[in-house]
Amino acid sequence: MNISLLIISIFLFLALYLGIKARKGKDMDMEQFAVGGRGFGTFFIFLLIAGEIYTTFTFLGGSGWAYSKGAAAYYVPAYIFLAYVLSYWLVPKIWRYSKQHSIISQPEYFASKFQSRSMGMIVAVLGSIALVPYIVIQLKGLGIIVSEASYGAITPVAASVIGAIVVTTYVMISGIHGSAWTAILKDFMILVVVIFLGIYIPFHYFGGIQPMFESVQSAKPDMLVLADQGLSQSWFVSTVLLNALGFYLLPQTFMVVLSSNGERTLRKNAIALPLYTLLLLFVFFIGFAAIMEIPGLQGADGDLSLLRLAIQTFDPWVIGLIGAAGLLTALVPASVMLMAASVGLTNGFFKVLVPAASEKQQLVVSRMIIIAISIIALIVTITGGEALAILNIMSYSLITQLAPALFCSLPKNNIINKYGAMAGILSGVLIVLYATIDDVKVATFLPDVPHVINDISTGVIALFINMIITIIVSSSTKQINIKETEMNNLNKIS
Amino acid sequence: MNAIKLLLFVPFIGFLGLLPFANKVEPYILGMPFLLFWVAFWMVMASVILMIVYKFDPDNEGSDLD
Repeated sequence: MNISLLIISIFLFLALYLGIKARKGKDMDMEQFAVGGRGFGTFFIFLLIAGEIYTTFTFLGGSGWAYSKGAAAYYVPAYIFLAYVLSYWLVPKIWRYSKQHSIISQPEYFASKFQSRSMGMIVAVLGSIALVPYIVIQLKGLGIIVSEASYGAITPVAASVIGAIVVTTYVMISGIHGSAWTAILKDFMILVVVIFLGIYIPFHYFGGIQPMFESVQSAKPDMLVLADQGLSQSWFVSTVLLNALGFYLLPQTFMVVLSSNGERTLRKNAIALPLYTLLLLFVFFIGFAAIMEIPGLQGADGDLSLLRLAIQTFDPWVIGLIGAAGLLTALVPASVMLMAASVGLTNGFFKVLVPAASEKQQLVVSRMIIIAISIIALIVTITGGEALAILNIMSYSLITQLAPALFCSLPKNNIINKYGAMAGILSGVLIVLYATIDDVKVATFLPDVPHVINDISTGVIALFINMIITIIVSSSTKQINIKETEMNNLNKIS
Repeated sequence: MNAIKLLLFVPFIGFLGLLPFANKVEPYILGMPFLLFWVAFWMVMASVILMIVYKFDPDNEGSDLD
């Protein structure tokens, strides 16, 4: 075992220890397990929501995108900070309603708002479909980081398997408390590593940040601005808006919101979080430096730019610390994602099928689902190939199809009903699946369309059609809805 | 929705709306190409705006019993 693998292993055990210890003193019921008894204050909520940004995707993918695609990579921090602005207004409303109705998962929220169990089931399935690829990305990233940082002493597959076992273990024992405690360690490590690398590397190789960008500009003039077509401005704006809307619809982020101890905690968090996204600038610095220093990484290998550049620059013990930070950026988000998928399925499906289930039985089922999802994710991690990138883009486009239903459900008088909402969601989802799998763009149907329109994200177009269908179906089924309400009222009276 | 919350639109309109003018390399500011500086500038502005909204938002008045 070399020194860097030793350091990574120490942090792995530290995470496991913290994750298990987090359970101490908690009487574990379903609410404690899923949303920490709605008791997390500003500090933990900050770390948990911030935990969703600093994932392996940002660590490897952020620098990787800057390396291979240049300025287009800015879309990542852009949608995240705008999501936080939106959250100031949006998430206290979600929190308040969920608290009043003792809701602990996203499917339950939709089922309750639309008085429809089928709605809850649709949301539970959609959420899980969106989450599995995310978990796979974390496990895959973990494998790459640990394998590279240990100088090949351990294979990516072995690293992914060990990581999956550790995260599954502490999530099953401590629920979301495990994620919260490991998040402290993770954010401390990532902060130190990213700022250090982001400043040291440009100064070491180029003598400063501006000289670095200037040399990138002279070597590859197109890297520092958005392109005229393809990853263009209209792509940027539409993708940023779509993802900003979708951010709090991701089941794991939704669940973190519910675990807050109050509306004010959520609003205070919204203030600090955009500043935290500034950290991603340092990740980009590393990616841009790698363009000059380790040219020639093709395609998916661009994701290795950060690690390769670090290995070229530093001693093994520093690489061990970077690997440890990378490991933690995989474990913490993966743990919240596992929780969200399992609690969503337990609430959206199991509780509906077995209404008489006790708290204890629900907890057992949740834990079994966690194991099942871990195993599925591991299988996809080991066997899956290129399709991952497609799945990742699809996740956001799919989950954002819930946006019209969510936003219409917020005011007191909901102008849409469950038929409209379900029809809208299903049509949006079908369009996204069709367009992504068949690689269809607007130009497929209208070949003369300008790039400004053709580059618009497919998810936005699907969202637009989704909205129209939601409204049309809602207004044409108003009659059914009124009749049903009358029936319900009659039932209540009798 | 009270009026102060309308300020929340400003980062969306400012950052994305003026993007066509910001999509350039020069001038460099704080060592960053202009477009990257633009992104960073609005991150900071978003925090500042949220702080102002929080301060004047009547929803945050009264006791801490949310």
